[in-house]
Amino acid sequence: MEFNAKMYDMPQEKAWCPGCGNFQLHSILREVLAELSIPPQELVFVSGIGQAAKLPQYTRGHMFNGLHGRSLPAAMAINAANPSLKVIVASGDGCTYGEGGNHFLAQMQRNPDIVNIVHNNMVYGLTKGQASPTSSKGMRTRVQVDGVTNEPFNPLAVAIAMGATFVARVFPGNKAQTKEVLKQAIQHKGYALVDCFVQCVAMNKVNTFQWYKEHTYELEASHDPTDRQMAFQRALESEQYPTGVFYSVEGRPVFWEECAAYRHNPEPLFRRSVDMEKLQDVLDSKA
Amino acid sequence: MEDVSIVIAASAGQGIQTVESLLVAIFKKAGFHVYASKEYESRVRGGSNTTELRVAGHRVAAFRRRIDILIPFTLGSIEHVRSRISDDTVIIADKILFKNTDPSTLSINPILLPFREKAMEIGNWIYANVVAVGTISALFGIDQSVGEEILNARFSAKGEQVSEENLKAFRSGCIMGAELQSERALSIRIPAPPHMEGEILMNGNEAVALGAIAGGCNFISAYPMSPSTGVLDTLASLSEEFGIVVDQAEDEIAAMNKAIGAWYAGARAIVSTSGGGFALMTEGLSLAGMTESPLVVHLAQRPGPATGLPTRTAQEDLNHAIYSGHGEFCRLVFAPGTIEQAFHITQRAFQIADALQIPVFVLTDQDFVDSYYNIPRIDVSDLVAEHGFVSTDDGYRRYELTADGLSPRGVPGLGEGLVRVDSDEHDEQGHITEDMDSVRPAMVEKRVHKRIQLLQPYLEPPTVYPHPQASSILVCWGSNYQVVKEALDSLGSPDLSMVHFHNVFPLHPDTGPMLSNAGKVMIMENNATGQFANLLRQQTGYEIPQENRHLRYSGKPWSVEEVVEMLKKEGF
Repeated sequence: MEFNAKMYDMPQEKAWCPGCGNFQLHSILREVLAELSIPPQELVFVSGIGQAAKLPQYTRGHMFNGLHGRSLPAAMAINAANPSLKVIVASGDGCTYGEGGNHFLAQMQRNPDIVNIVHNNMVYGLTKGQASPTSSKGMRTRVQVDGVTNEPFNPLAVAIAMGATFVARVFPGNKAQTKEVLKQAIQHKGYALVDCFVQCVAMNKVNTFQWYKEHTYELEASHDPTDRQMAFQRALESEQYPTGVFYSVEGRPVFWEECAAYRHNPEPLFRRSVDMEKLQDVLDSKA
Repeated sequence: MEDVSIVIAASAGQGIQTVESLLVAIFKKAGFHVYASKEYESRVRGGSNTTELRVAGHRVAAFRRRIDILIPFTLGSIEHVRSRISDDTVIIADKILFKNTDPSTLSINPILLPFREKAMEIGNWIYANVVAVGTISALFGIDQSVGEEILNARFSAKGEQVSEENLKAFRSGCIMGAELQSERALSIRIPAPPHMEGEILMNGNEAVALGAIAGGCNFISAYPMSPSTGVLDTLASLSEEFGIVVDQAEDEIAAMNKAIGAWYAGARAIVSTSGGGFALMTEGLSLAGMTESPLVVHLAQRPGPATGLPTRTAQEDLNHAIYSGHGEFCRLVFAPGTIEQAFHITQRAFQIADALQIPVFVLTDQDFVDSYYNIPRIDVSDLVAEHGFVSTDDGYRRYELTADGLSPRGVPGLGEGLVRVDSDEHDEQGHITEDMDSVRPAMVEKRVHKRIQLLQPYLEPPTVYPHPQASSILVCWGSNYQVVKEALDSLGSPDLSMVHFHNVFPLHPDTGPMLSNAGKVMIMENNATGQFANLLRQQTGYEIPQENRHLRYSGKPWSVEEVVEMLKKEGF
């Protein structure tokens, strides 16, 4: 099979606004998949609801477009039921950090072997412009009429604190770095968070493409991604936002590997059948 | 005596579960029919909990109010069961319990035995419970070797000393039991019934869990919640043997979405919860409806609303099971009446869920899941867990519109096709659509009308007992089967039968004629509004009059005596 970015594109019209950061991210992701030569039949795209969550609709592979905020539980289960599939979750900041906040925390504790791409545009786009968990303090919206008063959610610091095994931030305006980080995330064994700064051209007039460009810089080549303390410290930076891999640790067991179900049998669950003889023994032992 | 009811009453944390499980094992080994049910408070220590053990020469499977032998471990627990104590109740207690209290001040005349004292002689007061077990065992004339065998099996792993001291405690209890027989002329002889070989003991939760395994279940995600947690525990304990992925979810919302994700990837998943947890699952239930995912839900009811009575029983969540979830989709709700039925229904639930791509419910309650009794051996050699999915080709469409309304279900990784499912309204490929002129109506018809048609052959009629043609009927559903059956057996009225529904939604088409052909129709349920009576009216047009509705909403199960009294008042 010959792999190219186009083969991961679906023909239907994309419902994103012209100039939306999702286009860049989508195109970079497709290039990465082609470069990694992953057949669409081995890819499962999982999402919740929102504009970002439409990415799987436009990407060739299996698709589980579930409920708002609930992409991670479904993704974790898909990975546990069939570890041979590459599971990529793509949803927005509201979906992942807001509605799905508890799932975000709990899945990181489990270290499922999934990639979690979060389109972080710091605003609710599809519901037309309310604050998101990552909105900057003071940003005025149709609901936060006097400006956002919540402390912005810091997904990277939270992920590092929760024991996520791969934590990164990218700005697709920096294509080379985004590509490299996504590639590493997909190759990482375990839970990989990639928080992506994408501009919402329609609803966020503060955090524009230009703003992200001016407020981001690449983590230095000298940054050691195995240094968790340093990773945490860098994740707390807020005037200028570093991009790149903050933290990455390999070799931690993933959820499915620790399941008793895989201790004696590597087959995905759908290839198995019930051992009725053994069940008969269990029933008879109740005599 | 044919049928003896023993009640052990204690505080939480006093170890009465050990007494219960040892006695049940001994009685069963000795060849008797046994039944045990517990009622307990929502706490880990203190309070008053009781376990009822019934030992009989015939099958027993329901709760009795009458207490023949009471073994109290606290004074407070005597008050807790006061209304069930009669002049015929024999109370056997540890002497130490009445060290500072004259039993007559409590208007009781117990037999006081030195359980704790004997235990201390052996080396530790904790053996007092086993001393009591020995006494009861001897009282029933059960050979000492029966109990010894059970104790050996139970304690041998805990080291020689523990094992030996337990045996000593048991034997010293046996001696006291023998003395009771000779000195007090207190002796219980139940004729041992024939054909007890291979009989097995299970509670409702175990029956659901093992039925699930028989149905091919290999994935459970659940958040612990009384009284449903036993299913999670049982599947976890067998996870290695049967290859079951077990996840203790962060909440029930996650549990449900994980179950649906697992089914999507080709696993067979169950969620197990109670009313409050299921409330959180309803969003995901609707996702199962939209994505046409198979799903099995075990919903063990307890009294609500909100936290309600966490460890008590009710049938209040029938409407919750039937009407939950936004939007319209097809579902099937079973409510087993017996332990065997719970096993087979749960097994079948997986087959039907997979075959029809719908959620199937197993609706139980606290009384049902915590009670256990012996049943004939279950033979699973003929059971097959058939997969409902297919291998896909390039160009596969998950929601292909077919004549019967069922789209072949592919799973990722099996075949060349791409399996694309969507919670949005979608076209045949699974892609978002807002085509309201053709796609939307076709998809709704597929999920609702055609699926209900496909469900028809799977619907099962109610069970009529004992007379197929009785002029009066008492309708019940779910866990009330056994208590009504025993009440009818004891009444022996030729004109009255039970009509028990284990298939509670949608109803079997025979239901309407069955009701309208009967002379008098009564109903018994454990809720305040008559949820099943109202469902019968809605689905068949037959209205059971208010005065014939016997509704209980205290949180306690019905006792056999209460059902008999209720039926006597009704003129039977």
